[in-house]
Amino acid sequence: MRHIISILLENEPGALSRVVGLFAQRGYNIETLTVAPTEDKTLSRLTMTTTGDDRKIEQITKQLNKLIEVVKLVDLSEGPHIERELMLIKVKAVGAQRAEIKRTADIFRGQIVDVSASVYTIQLTGTSDKLEAFIEAIGAGCVLETVRTGVSGISRGEKILSL
Amino acid sequence: MELLSGGEMLVRALHESGVEYIYGYPGGSLLHVYDALYKQSAVKHVLVRHEQAAAHMADGYARATGKPGVVMVTSGPGATNTITGIATAYTDSIPMVVISGQVMSYLVGDDAFQETDMLGLSRPIVKHSFAVRRPEDIPEIVAKAFHIASTGRPGPVVIDIPKDMTMPNERYEYVYPKKVKLRSYTPPQRGHSGQIKKAVELLLKAKRPVIYAGGGVIIDGSSDKLRALVDRLDFPCTNTLMGLGSYPGTGERFVGMLGMHGTYEANMVMHHSDVVLAIGARFDDRVTNATSKFCPDAKIIHIDIDPSCISKTIIVDVPIVGPVGNVLDEMMALLDESNEVPDAEAIASWWKQINEWRQRHAMRYEKNDSQLMKPQEVIEAIWTATKGDAYVTSDVGQHQMFAAQYYKFDKPNRWINSGGLGTMGFGFPAAMGVKMNFPDEMVVCVTGEGSIQMNIQELSTCLQYGIPVKILCLNNGSLGMVRQWQDMNYEGRHSHSYMESLPDFIRLVEAYGHVGIRVTERDQLPQALEDTFGKYNDRLVFLDVAVDPEEHVYPMQVPQGSMRDMWLSKTERT
Ligand SMILES: Cc1ncc(C[n+]2csc(CCOP(=O)(O)OP(=O)(O)O)c2C)c(N)n1
Ligand SMILES: [Mg+2]
Repeated sequence: MRHIISILLENEPGALSRVVGLFAQRGYNIETLTVAPTEDKTLSRLTMTTTGDDRKIEQITKQLNKLIEVVKLVDLSEGPHIERELMLIKVKAVGAQRAEIKRTADIFRGQIVDVSASVYTIQLTGTSDKLEAFIEAIGAGCVLETVRTGVSGISRGEKILSL
Repeated sequence: MELLSGGEMLVRALHESGVEYIYGYPGGSLLHVYDALYKQSAVKHVLVRHEQAAAHMADGYARATGKPGVVMVTSGPGATNTITGIATAYTDSIPMVVISGQVMSYLVGDDAFQETDMLGLSRPIVKHSFAVRRPEDIPEIVAKAFHIASTGRPGPVVIDIPKDMTMPNERYEYVYPKKVKLRSYTPPQRGHSGQIKKAVELLLKAKRPVIYAGGGVIIDGSSDKLRALVDRLDFPCTNTLMGLGSYPGTGERFVGMLGMHGTYEANMVMHHSDVVLAIGARFDDRVTNATSKFCPDAKIIHIDIDPSCISKTIIVDVPIVGPVGNVLDEMMALLDESNEVPDAEAIASWWKQINEWRQRHAMRYEKNDSQLMKPQEVIEAIWTATKGDAYVTSDVGQHQMFAAQYYKFDKPNRWINSGGLGTMGFGFPAAMGVKMNFPDEMVVCVTGEGSIQMNIQELSTCLQYGIPVKILCLNNGSLGMVRQWQDMNYEGRHSHSYMESLPDFIRLVEAYGHVGIRVTERDQLPQALEDTFGKYNDRLVFLDVAVDPEEHVYPMQVPQGSMRDMWLSKTERT
């Protein structure tokens, strides 16, 4: 099963390499990874998605927790949560296609953020599934380039991840 | 306010962290630090002959004393030479602080002379690591390193120090922190009471219980508590390779080591048990054999300070995360309060069964009619000669298993071996680290002619510092353990498992200024041992003892089998 693990990490050089190294070393797999500073300058927030059975995920979270720089950790997929990923996608858009693509982008609440004679650059936000559904809807054939941020997520309601 | 250079701060902070000995080797990046060492006498430095040995010496010291061992090496090759030693300590959870020099910070990344990414290289084999970025941080980093290395589940910590952090003419205020604060590191202080209660209830109901205790008991200094619990409950106790000595090897309730080369009775007890209490042990693959067939009828209780050890290879029923000693205290208190006792009848018939198992194999081996000794009898002889009270380090191979099986350790911290990584070359430097700190104790390194050659250069260090360890080389003229596997699994094709050109060890150790005694016949052994611990007591003695190259280590678990599937001799299988 797919899990979203969210970590508060000491904002120190080398901390990220320990997290990534752990995955490589123990043969765990990282599907997406995002990391950026938080409102507290000493902490970074890291979100990663990984897959594995319950036992594997339990080991992953335990091993991550052992890293001295991991301050707090939560498996967001254990409770209600919001997940988002941002995608910038360049698609071939010529002739009749242009209107069709614009319509599809609207349906997915995407925005065209750059236009050239034959190319649209569309920005889309949502769950990973939604981004994939969009690619399918416009047809993989007209996709020229995609770039995705990877998943970030947060718990719903009162629950917060902080010190 | 005191102003010190980075190099001086480092040495001072080491002293304040309780360091007596540093094991190391100098080089360009550390020259300022070595100069600071020269100008003081509180912290002593031991110059090894190879940096790997420095790490093993520090490790031996740590295993015998429970305090972190300290290593100091220069950048580049000095640092990389410690990697095997760091990994050895990491695998066995040994506290160690490794200080590695680094090129000037402004050169880092430029492929400068003797630059290696020590933090990157060591990352998977350390508990934590630090890079010094400002000289004034040195005291705090040192304090943190010792705190992390020695608390919770101990392990090695690397401090990488660029040369320009130690400049003699740049001075900073020296402040050693009174208390170390790390918001993201809080090892558990006690176990969960509800879980402990559940565990005690399970133990009291057990009909075929066993206590399986590992190195965690020794690391936590809780052997006395283990003994008290075992004796109070009257349960059988088995030890892992790392746990030997946590329960007395000559104790009535001790059924021996378990696992791949464990005793018949220990493995039988495990397999047939209904309740297993695992304490500071990690269900290593050399213990469990096939995990799917492990202890089929048992409920398992597991006490460990490291949550990631729990349910990693074997799913347990009652996990307890906490320091062993503390949890055992709580268990004892609950037993005191409880008006229940174990089922005496069930336990008595369990012991009857166990005593029958004890008869079956009883660690027998056939002595040769000729004068060529079996390795087992040599270990028995050294046990007798040292009255079972020596510190015994070992290398890796058959000799290691024979030492573990036939030297009965009654005290903790006395059996010192690379159990987890299986590092040949560990035993001799480890013995040196022990002997330097326990000069009045007998310290014996049991080794093979293969392993000893992996760090034999340290004979020179022993002469320099006068370290009279005793080296017992069980010389079977081959990489015996490899050969055993080749005999059993490769139809005796001894691919590269024999040594065609062994040195004359006697002349070799004499060249280094020590005493060598060759024993080729059984009748020579008593005199050799008498001389070793008698007239040569204050000398390093190398006992080169010829043993039967055909001997195998038994029992040996059958691969992919259950705990009870064992070879008991070359011809007998369970
Ligand atoms: C550094 C290292 N290299 C290789 C091995 C694999 N290995 C395990 S036991 C062994 C043979 C050891 O020979 P010796 O020291 O003579 O001991 P014996 O088994 O003969 O008693 C080898 C090569 C190892 N454990 N460590
Ligand atoms: Mg050998």
